[in-house]
Amino acid sequence: MTIENKVNNVSLKVKDLSVYYGAFKALEEISMDIEENQVTALIGPSGCGKSTLLRCFNRMNDLFPNTKIEGQIIYDDIDIYSQAIDPVLIRSKIGMVFQKPNPFPKSIYDNVAFGLKINGFVGNYDEEVERALIQSALWEEVKDRLYDNAFSLSGGQQQRLCMARALAIRPDVILLDEPTSALDPIATVKIEDLVNVLKKDYTIIIVTHNMQQAARVSDKTAFLLSGENRCGKLIEMDTTEKIFTTPSKKETEDYITGRFS
Amino acid sequence: MIKDDKNLKVRKSHRLRVKIEGKVVGFLVGCAAFITILVTISIVWNLAQQSLGFFSEISIIEFFSSTRWSPILIPREFGIAPLVAGTFLVMIISSFVAVPIGLAVAIFLAEYAPNNIRKILRPMLEVLAGIPTVVYGYFALTFVTPLLKLVFDDMIIFNALSAGLVMGIMIIPFVSSLTEDALISVPNSLRQASYALGATKFETSIKVVVPAALSGIVAAFILGLSRAIGETMLVTIAAGATPNLTFNPIESIQTMTAYIVQLALGEAAHGSVEYQSIYAVGILLFIITFAMNTLGHWVVRRWRNVY
Amino acid sequence: MSTKIDINSSSLSKRKLIGFLFISFCLLGVLVALMGLMSLLVQVIIQGYEWVTPNLIFNYPSRHPEQAGLWAALIGTLYMMGLTALITVPVGVGAAIYLEEYAPKNWFTSFVEINTSNLAGVPSIVYGLLGLSIFVYFLKLERSILAGSLTMSLLILPVLILTSREAIKSVPIAHREAAFALGGDRWQVVRMAVLPTAFPGILTGIILALSRAIGEAAPMVAITALVYITFVPVTPMDRFTVLPIQIFNWVSRPQDEFRGLAAGGIIILLILLLSMNSIAVILRNKYQVRSEE
Repeated sequence: MTIENKVNNVSLKVKDLSVYYGAFKALEEISMDIEENQVTALIGPSGCGKSTLLRCFNRMNDLFPNTKIEGQIIYDDIDIYSQAIDPVLIRSKIGMVFQKPNPFPKSIYDNVAFGLKINGFVGNYDEEVERALIQSALWEEVKDRLYDNAFSLSGGQQQRLCMARALAIRPDVILLDEPTSALDPIATVKIEDLVNVLKKDYTIIIVTHNMQQAARVSDKTAFLLSGENRCGKLIEMDTTEKIFTTPSKKETEDYITGRFS
Repeated sequence: MIKDDKNLKVRKSHRLRVKIEGKVVGFLVGCAAFITILVTISIVWNLAQQSLGFFSEISIIEFFSSTRWSPILIPREFGIAPLVAGTFLVMIISSFVAVPIGLAVAIFLAEYAPNNIRKILRPMLEVLAGIPTVVYGYFALTFVTPLLKLVFDDMIIFNALSAGLVMGIMIIPFVSSLTEDALISVPNSLRQASYALGATKFETSIKVVVPAALSGIVAAFILGLSRAIGETMLVTIAAGATPNLTFNPIESIQTMTAYIVQLALGEAAHGSVEYQSIYAVGILLFIITFAMNTLGHWVVRRWRNVY
Repeated sequence: MSTKIDINSSSLSKRKLIGFLFISFCLLGVLVALMGLMSLLVQVIIQGYEWVTPNLIFNYPSRHPEQAGLWAALIGTLYMMGLTALITVPVGVGAAIYLEEYAPKNWFTSFVEINTSNLAGVPSIVYGLLGLSIFVYFLKLERSILAGSLTMSLLILPVLILTSREAIKSVPIAHREAAFALGGDRWQVVRMAVLPTAFPGILTGIILALSRAIGEAAPMVAITALVYITFVPVTPMDRFTVLPIQIFNWVSRPQDEFRGLAAGGIIILLILLLSMNSIAVILRNKYQVRSEE
């Protein structure tokens, strides 16, 4: 997969971000630029803090007690962690799909429409639901049974439903937290194809512990590692091709070649 | 697929309205939680205030040292001992029934019973637990007492033994379900370790599981007996209305709770000493059950093995 | 030390015998409990079945057993149950929502939790005394069905809070996360994602708490005092009586016929309770199948 050397806008700028859970430092001074309409992958061994970092982008870490953030994340010229910003506003622009598919115990239609209701959408609900389901490549499979319970779908379909649910409220950025780790290989391929299509219109950040997936899907890759103190640091970030063929840092090379995982 | 419109069309006032709604709801539910504290304060204040009125007329020393409780008949005397003795007599008798059987049922359900038996037995215990206490009182009076009279000739119709035995049956489900919870919460890995050393099922249950769950089991007993002390209708119907300082179970007695009912049904004038005596008895009852409940919860907290 | 396994070990036989005796003892215990239940039900049915007549249900109490009936008590019970539900459900469910979703994890919250579980253990007659002082005399509600319902609401409040909390706790975190990630604020998440899933559990808890309220006589005795009511309550300020009190009244009479009447009344009461509990169980099963997580 060749990557053109385009100069892209920066969608999200992370500046010296550190995350504390109480006294425990989970991430140390992360700085990175996330480019618009590209897929950025966060990779690293388990416990290195990649999910923690991902959850900073939509302030989901706020939901845990005793969380402290230092540094900034700039989106649309605003620091999303500044006092004046209500996290609720961020989350309607930066959406998330979780590791294990988690549709609501409602109908397929109501799942997709949920975000619309929360944000006070005025307009044609049917149109928006259809649009979102088309975007997540699920429409053909469910268009005749929109009012069936979401749990009647297979795992892969449920995950695409969760994507449709996130897409319905027209976010700019989509965060994917190991979206295929609970799915079978065929469903995984479908999701990866979807990501390739969606990146034309959305900025995507994906956390994955599967290096092959990162290599297949992403334009840029960031490698994180945590030391003895379990504090995650950004070791290296570059185009995916470079990271996987000629990484600059030794730790990156060790991880890529499977010396540790 | 083109993302045609960058923004979702939303009602401008929506966010604000949601925020206000949220704050109002947050306040209301906070009030609801606060009401629970108000209830406790009210109970304590109510009992204390009325008791103070009582103790301004009757000396505390008489209350605790005298051995006669006679609020209406002259010579009037307000010694709480007969009522407390009656309460505890019934409770002790009930413990002879509820403790062994509750433990046996719990061990059977937790360690031995196959699934289909459990499915039948548990609902039956729930039925036992759901029967109103007046029904137990009726049962004690019309079935158990005549039965016991065949054994004990000189037994009076209203007696502590009948009430105590039925009380025991009544609190079996309570004791057994708490005990069962304690046994189930012992992790299987302990049982496996015991079996792997060649222990039989019995030995595992008695020497490994029960000791591991001991704090929960003790708490179950304490809480169950606390319920026995606070129980009203059963003893009112079956145990009698005769304050009697005795430990002879075939005699007629009166418990603290039964006395309160008797006075509440009677003609005692509001504000009179007899009326206020029900609060004095009430506050003692409250203190005893509160102490036992607190003890029970403390036992669980303090001695629970952390897994 | 022998290197062979002794199949006929006598100590093993002894240990197994002890185990067998033990389980027999356990079974005996189970049997006693079940026999207790059986004999109670049989006694009630034998003594009471011939008294379950239309008279029993539709008549008012009377000095003559053949004409005595439960109508006042039956209507009183249903009326009180409705009024109690109106009062206690918003407070109980509200407090549960607060404790599970809004309360910060500080000492005050722990205090509220401990306080609630203590209230659950307070004898019911103490609630009766509370109701007597505050509702009957202090608030001057007299011995009305309103005072009775308020008292009963306080009695079942701790239980209701407990069961509602369990229902809310059992909603998977994944639902909450998904709702937050779509830009919902706390109240939206609770209202749209948590409560709909917790609703069946909460409803079951309400029905079970109310069925406990129906059987409780002690606090109502303190409130109503007089036990001979021959009319049905119409307004919340009317006097009233409930089923367990009427049964208690009949049991306390020496004549045999009244014992029979009491048994008949018990049958009616048990049928009412059985129906309510069955509805609760059916609801619980029906909704558990739906959210097949």
